[in-house]
Amino acid sequence: MDLPHADAILIMGSNMAECHPVGFRFVVEARLRGAKVIHVDPRFTRTSALADLYAPLRAGSDIVFLGGLIRYILENERYFREYLVAYTNAATLITDEYVDAEQGAGLFSGFDPEARRYDPRSWRYDAEPREPEAEPIEPSLADPASFSQASLNRTGPPRTDPTLQDPQCVFQILRRHYARYTPETVERVCGTPRDVFLKVAETLCDASGPDRTAALCYAVGWTQHTTGVQIIRAATIVQLLLGNIGRPGGGILALRGHASIQGSTDVPTLYNLLPGYLNTPSVHKNHDSLRDYLLSEITPTGYWSRMPAFVVSLLKAWFGEAATAENDYGFGWLPRITGDHSHLPMFVAMMEGTIKGFLAMGQNPAVGGQNAGYQRRALAKLDWLVVRDLYETETASFWKDSPEVRSGELRPEQIPTEVFLMPAAATAEMDGTYTNTQRLIQWHERAADPPGDARSDLWFTFHLMRRLKTMYAESRLERDRPIQALTWDYLDPHENAGWKVADEPSARLVLKEMNGYLTATGQPLSGFGELKADGSTACGVWIYSGIYAPTPEEPGGHNHAANRHNGPTWNALDWGFSWPANRRILYNRASADPAGNPWPKEARLAAEHGDGTARGYVYWDAAARRWVGLDVPDFPSDKPPDAAAKPDGIGLDFHDGSSPFIMKADGKGWLFVPTGLVDGPLPTHYEPYESPVVNSLYPERQSNPVAKVWNVPGNPYAAVGSAEYPCVLSTYRLTEHHLSGSMSRWLPWLAALQPELFVEISPEHAAELGAANLDWLEVATPRAAIRARALVTRRIRPFVIDGRTIHHVGMPWHWGYKGVVTGDVVNDLAALVGDPNVTIHEAKVFVCRVERVAGSSVARR
Amino acid sequence: MPEPVGFYTDTTVCIGCKACEVACHQWNALPARNGGQVPLSGQSYDNTTRFSDVDWRHVRFIEQFPEDRNGGRWLMMSDVCKHCVNAPCLEVCPTGSIVRTEFDTVYIQEPVCNGCRDCIAACPFGVIHISAEKHIAQKCTFCYDRLQVGLPPACAQACPTRSIQFGPIDELKQRAAERVAQLQAQGQTDAYLYGADDSILGGLNSFYLLLDRPEVYGLPSAVQARLPSRSVWPASLKAIGASLAVALGAFLSFGRRRDAVKATEGHTRSP
Repeated sequence: MDLPHADAILIMGSNMAECHPVGFRFVVEARLRGAKVIHVDPRFTRTSALADLYAPLRAGSDIVFLGGLIRYILENERYFREYLVAYTNAATLITDEYVDAEQGAGLFSGFDPEARRYDPRSWRYDAEPREPEAEPIEPSLADPASFSQASLNRTGPPRTDPTLQDPQCVFQILRRHYARYTPETVERVCGTPRDVFLKVAETLCDASGPDRTAALCYAVGWTQHTTGVQIIRAATIVQLLLGNIGRPGGGILALRGHASIQGSTDVPTLYNLLPGYLNTPSVHKNHDSLRDYLLSEITPTGYWSRMPAFVVSLLKAWFGEAATAENDYGFGWLPRITGDHSHLPMFVAMMEGTIKGFLAMGQNPAVGGQNAGYQRRALAKLDWLVVRDLYETETASFWKDSPEVRSGELRPEQIPTEVFLMPAAATAEMDGTYTNTQRLIQWHERAADPPGDARSDLWFTFHLMRRLKTMYAESRLERDRPIQALTWDYLDPHENAGWKVADEPSARLVLKEMNGYLTATGQPLSGFGELKADGSTACGVWIYSGIYAPTPEEPGGHNHAANRHNGPTWNALDWGFSWPANRRILYNRASADPAGNPWPKEARLAAEHGDGTARGYVYWDAAARRWVGLDVPDFPSDKPPDAAAKPDGIGLDFHDGSSPFIMKADGKGWLFVPTGLVDGPLPTHYEPYESPVVNSLYPERQSNPVAKVWNVPGNPYAAVGSAEYPCVLSTYRLTEHHLSGSMSRWLPWLAALQPELFVEISPEHAAELGAANLDWLEVATPRAAIRARALVTRRIRPFVIDGRTIHHVGMPWHWGYKGVVTGDVVNDLAALVGDPNVTIHEAKVFVCRVERVAGSSVARR
Repeated sequence: MPEPVGFYTDTTVCIGCKACEVACHQWNALPARNGGQVPLSGQSYDNTTRFSDVDWRHVRFIEQFPEDRNGGRWLMMSDVCKHCVNAPCLEVCPTGSIVRTEFDTVYIQEPVCNGCRDCIAACPFGVIHISAEKHIAQKCTFCYDRLQVGLPPACAQACPTRSIQFGPIDELKQRAAERVAQLQAQGQTDAYLYGADDSILGGLNSFYLLLDRPEVYGLPSAVQARLPSRSVWPASLKAIGASLAVALGAFLSFGRRRDAVKATEGHTRSP
């Protein structure tokens, strides 16, 4: 919604027009207002078609391209100096123990080659050691601040050089690190013509600064790499250097994989997070008690110092009256993780027989999973499988009609898996919310009864747990206590009057619990500022707090996600609810200068598109001594811009009045990441795990040294530069279908729009293969070989890398063996290999062989 | 009397998402061709390929890439019935089935259509087709049923980028002229409006902002798009004769069609 105010929009790692067509309307609007739209992508897509500037790049070379932008900005002094010095860690000094990958032949200091792991301690800020306390503080929940005080010794104020000259300051480290990322390097490694790259750099820089802002949009084209997190980090550096974070028309927009994926990371459905981005307790850390957990997880400076209140309120929401100060509020009942339990390792564990049962709810791994053939074979090892979906998906029917069954490799009578297919209700048949890309939570109402026995996911989850609670009600085993203690009261029969499903749980009551309430009265809270660590408040998702805040009209709580008023300005504060605290732009203190005055762009926007009174987006009103503006200020409301930092302070007291990044320990935007990433403090170029070329920046270090790799049977990888698999393959999606097709291939209207699997190849490649448009091609990787029709198009181009022609092919992955239209499963080709930080798979680039199927010209149906 | 309305389609902001095609199918309860099992066309991302009795909207994809790919572009356009000011289909319709509505749109009254196909021959845009099920002429109704209750046509409402704009025709023309001027000022000198003036059939109530010759988009030039020059009366007589012949033919072909349907059902689902 904020995009129309950008002066330029760089879309990279995203085919936004095709995969987010509704959000793309805001890009179109920006363009109609004169913004320059840039698209960087291996393929010329429907997004490229609407861009002012299209830059091709070889898949997997994104960090070289972005590193090239960073170098261009630094060496041509196009950075926004005032923003950079005040708001980022550019001036911060790094300890001299740090050795950059440029000196370490592709390895940062701290690498343990045996364990394939980094010890990040040498990446830390250079800070005066603190005087140890005479008497160590024993933290206690009676004084939540004591946890911060007890762990304060970890973060002394770092040394800085605001002149940016010190060789150990982040700014100079950046300059050295990206010195080799010249336009020539970009051309050589990415295959992007030098002049096109420079045009992109100039356009982006021209649209940034005090009086302009540029936005950046990405999607899974960036994440699905073994360097996915670092690619996004590189974008962060670009935007921080240009001063485009925390300002209208700026930012980095993470376009999520599908509707409400943002919500499922917030709430979340991830194994390693509790709601609101709190880490799941782990057996590998000192998480033995609530005290130990808080001590090891707390960041004593910055807003996260309030963590004890968030954790205790969460435990109160889950375990209610059973959670007491005496029993650590039930902290011991939370399950501990023992390692990486995300999707890929979960299926390896399934194959190895560790995982016996599986619930697939709204997921179709038989088609959507990486190395999908591996995943189907793993499903065949299960004792039981529950699939809840709109149709009988490939995951539900793998035991009778998967390619493995058809080939005779698996026989239904020998597959032990008992499959339960449960019909699911669709969105329009239930109340609920969507959380969109920009953290906007929008309520949707039930519009129709679900057909037959179909039920909502909420219904299924609620009644499953209700039955479990009945089954375990009499148990005296301690391990069953969490099931007994769990609060589980979401029925409001009044809401179901007139509807078919009389025992549908109330999504509104779930939302109320997420919002938080006083445990004594049940009265909803107004926001997370009211959360306490003493058990007097409960809150299911602290970052969502305020979504059900009382209003004068509804003192018992109002569903703010259901608000539908545009309001006087474009950020439409009365439309839905945006976490946190209905704030539309995060870190918006940065939309004012260090003295608290609006930057020129914000002043102009407020004059042209504001509410008639605001002078900027968010700024300091010296008369009222408050932060005011068009958005909810993301800063202590009465902390003046000239407030001094308190070196011994905890929480936000540690920050001065011009440190907008309140969630960070130092209040600064991180160009350099001293802690939190497992693969280095700065993005650096590694080739994809499977690549046709050698890493020309670090010949000794081909791919991410800490990438997650599974050398297991059924998951072979191609060697670097393999002659057998010379082409680069990207998988992707089309507007006409949804993911594995389970919501589109069954619908004739959508099926007809893209009826068949195809492989996009260039005319040059087709000529080499002797293939014509629509011929059948076989595409093979070490994992599988599948067939698809050729779609020959100049939208695909061969890349000349270091003088060698690399053919790039693209395949949409929507087809499977069920539905109105069917086709081979493209994800059979992909490998189990992942990013080391988040274990996202590498689907955007791997290698393959393409051959024409003999006699295929006559194989037309 | 309501104002004359129309469609202004700005092809420069079309993203080829085909939401208009789906919305049209949904609102008008039009089935997918062959139950959705159609062959891959191999023509860019266009698998609809043409108007039909069940495809009243059609998004065209035009790939224009020189060998070195410099300055390559991918043009997209959502096409529909033009609702011509001087509509040839309406002129030749012998039964008076095709009428001009109070919104200045061109509408086929289904109960009055005898399936004579004269309108098909008369339409220079290939818009009209005979329904295989109903045996009458079919085309975009401009969502007449929606207009009557104050709703915009389904396609325009579904369009995410406002490539398809609906509104009073004079307002649309003014907006379109401003957009052309903006594009021209930005150096896009090939931008122009097709059908906004009266040179083609007295004007098209569905007009387009294009970046290349009409033929590139499968549209006839002004010279090609002409009103039938026949006088109406003999043409109507001829049409009535033709329609009788067609009706007879249709009657006779019932048996054959049933056989054909059976033959199609015999085909198994594609692998």
